[in-house]
Amino acid sequence: MNPKIKKIKEFWKDFSSNKVAVVSLIVFMLILFVAVFAPLVSPTNPYDLNTVSIMNSRLAPFSEDFSGNYFLLGTDGAGRDMVSAIFYGLRVSLGVGVLSGIFALIIGSFFGISAAFFGGKYESVVMRIVDIQLSFPSILVALIILAAFGKGVEKTIIALILVQWAYYARTARSSALVELNKEYVDAARCLAFSNTRIMFKHILPNCMAPLIVVGTLQTAHAISLEATLSFLGLGLPITEPSLGLLIGNGFEYMYSGDYWISIFPGVALLITVASINLVGDHLRDMFNPRLH
Amino acid sequence: MTPFIFTRLAQSVLVLFIMSLLVFGGVNLVGDPVEMLINPEADQAEVERVIRELGLDRPVTEQYWYFLVNAFKGDLGDSFIFGEPALKLIIQRMPATLELALFSLFISLIIAIPLGIYAGYKPDSKTSKIIMGGSILGFSMPTFWVGIIFIMIFAVHLGWLPSTGRGEIGTFLGINSSLFTLNGLSHVFLPALNLALFKISSVIRLTRAGTREIILQDYITFARSKGLSEKRIVLVHILKNILIPIVTVVGLEFGSLIAFSTVTETVFAWPGMGKLIIDSIYNLDRPVIVAYLMIIVTFFVFLNLIVDILYTFLDPRVRIKGDNQ
Repeated sequence: MNPKIKKIKEFWKDFSSNKVAVVSLIVFMLILFVAVFAPLVSPTNPYDLNTVSIMNSRLAPFSEDFSGNYFLLGTDGAGRDMVSAIFYGLRVSLGVGVLSGIFALIIGSFFGISAAFFGGKYESVVMRIVDIQLSFPSILVALIILAAFGKGVEKTIIALILVQWAYYARTARSSALVELNKEYVDAARCLAFSNTRIMFKHILPNCMAPLIVVGTLQTAHAISLEATLSFLGLGLPITEPSLGLLIGNGFEYMYSGDYWISIFPGVALLITVASINLVGDHLRDMFNPRLH
Repeated sequence: MTPFIFTRLAQSVLVLFIMSLLVFGGVNLVGDPVEMLINPEADQAEVERVIRELGLDRPVTEQYWYFLVNAFKGDLGDSFIFGEPALKLIIQRMPATLELALFSLFISLIIAIPLGIYAGYKPDSKTSKIIMGGSILGFSMPTFWVGIIFIMIFAVHLGWLPSTGRGEIGTFLGINSSLFTLNGLSHVFLPALNLALFKISSVIRLTRAGTREIILQDYITFARSKGLSEKRIVLVHILKNILIPIVTVVGLEFGSLIAFSTVTETVFAWPGMGKLIIDSIYNLDRPVIVAYLMIIVTFFVFLNLIVDILYTFLDPRVRIKGDNQ
């Protein structure tokens, strides 16, 4: 059998031993599907002014309007269907979370692996910056960036990258330090491969397992953080309605008892973040040699 | 020990300097506060007068220099909106935030340490699995959303607890706090529980991990073979050893409670520093934004310094390593 396929099969056997993690993965896949194909699976386009009617404002869940449109989760203050708004919101939230995660992974592993590889002053400076940054809570780092530079899509993504990169850098460095002692690195050095090639073609792939664990947990964290920032009015602008903005919009109606406008986007956010966390948690246990 | 503290101190000052550059520079790039402050009907002469009064006609570098010089004198500028010193505004609101954070720290420790020890002591029991599942849920729940749900259930639906503002303030041993009156406690309970939620999850996990590692140590086996009761082993041997990591984290967590209180304070309209900064960001009140960020960064830098130093006292291994350098 192809060794790659065999490896994947072994991995799946290990992964599927935890039912909760498997269910979470399926749930996450569904959410991902909905987010990617939001325009196709949504009952209406919540941001098309021709189909949204202010007459339908704040309808309760399971209600119909005069023309027979059915609103499973009700409508918000502007008369938008909540189901569609949530689907589109998932798209924005996941998009921002995953994008910032990928950038942070690239930047963090670059600095982490190069710090381990070159050592010396460079390593101590990089790791000192990582330590200092990790001593600040993520919300504070994001708050500093957004309070100082203002809100916006790019700024939110930059803030989320800055919050996350240090975690990747620390993880990448510690696994690269282990890999550096292995013989294949000596072999690659003997073949006079360039440093870049050794770092990113040889060492990086062997550091991927812990980086993926950090990646899943950090992405969940980034999605949650973005929602918080957008709720506070510091993150994404109204033109990019993420789940956090939807929850924030519903907050003003809470006191009059119109609970669904805030609650349902929050449930969607919770399911998304929890499913990623549960998968990540199981992956971490799988890769942790101390537990075996 | 002393060189260790000095290096750390120098590093802290450097961090503060870089932060002041970043924050001051950033704030001065965003928006036009004059537009927000001036009556739209004001004429050009009036606009220019205000700009001059606020010192906004000077180059940014010069403004920064004045800011630094004044900051050393303890003056972080006057709020554009309130016309009062920014530092005074923040200090006025500090007790409200501190009492919220302290109360929520108290709640989280009371709940999390026993649950965490239990989950580590009996990792395979059903209860432990529920505790750990709950802690993942606690990690995943966005704080602000849980706050909204609390308001919906306990304030709007059941009407048990108030959902906004700070209650009556009582005095005890010369300290003014709303924690000393019944009305004050009823106001602080929901926001504090909300703020504690995330900490509860993280302290549970930390305590569990610590317990699981300690239980395998030789001294626990030794204590057992001496015939000590399980109760004594848990309450003395495990609890005592687990306190080292918990002290560190709680010290650091206290800072993050203050940082996260911005969210809780906004949801529950709690009149603390966190709400002030969010309001100031909306109003482009630059001096208050800069002052708040500088104060909180200073607070963090020194909190970390203290935790590092305390840690060297608690764990001799760190001290020995530090001396060798």
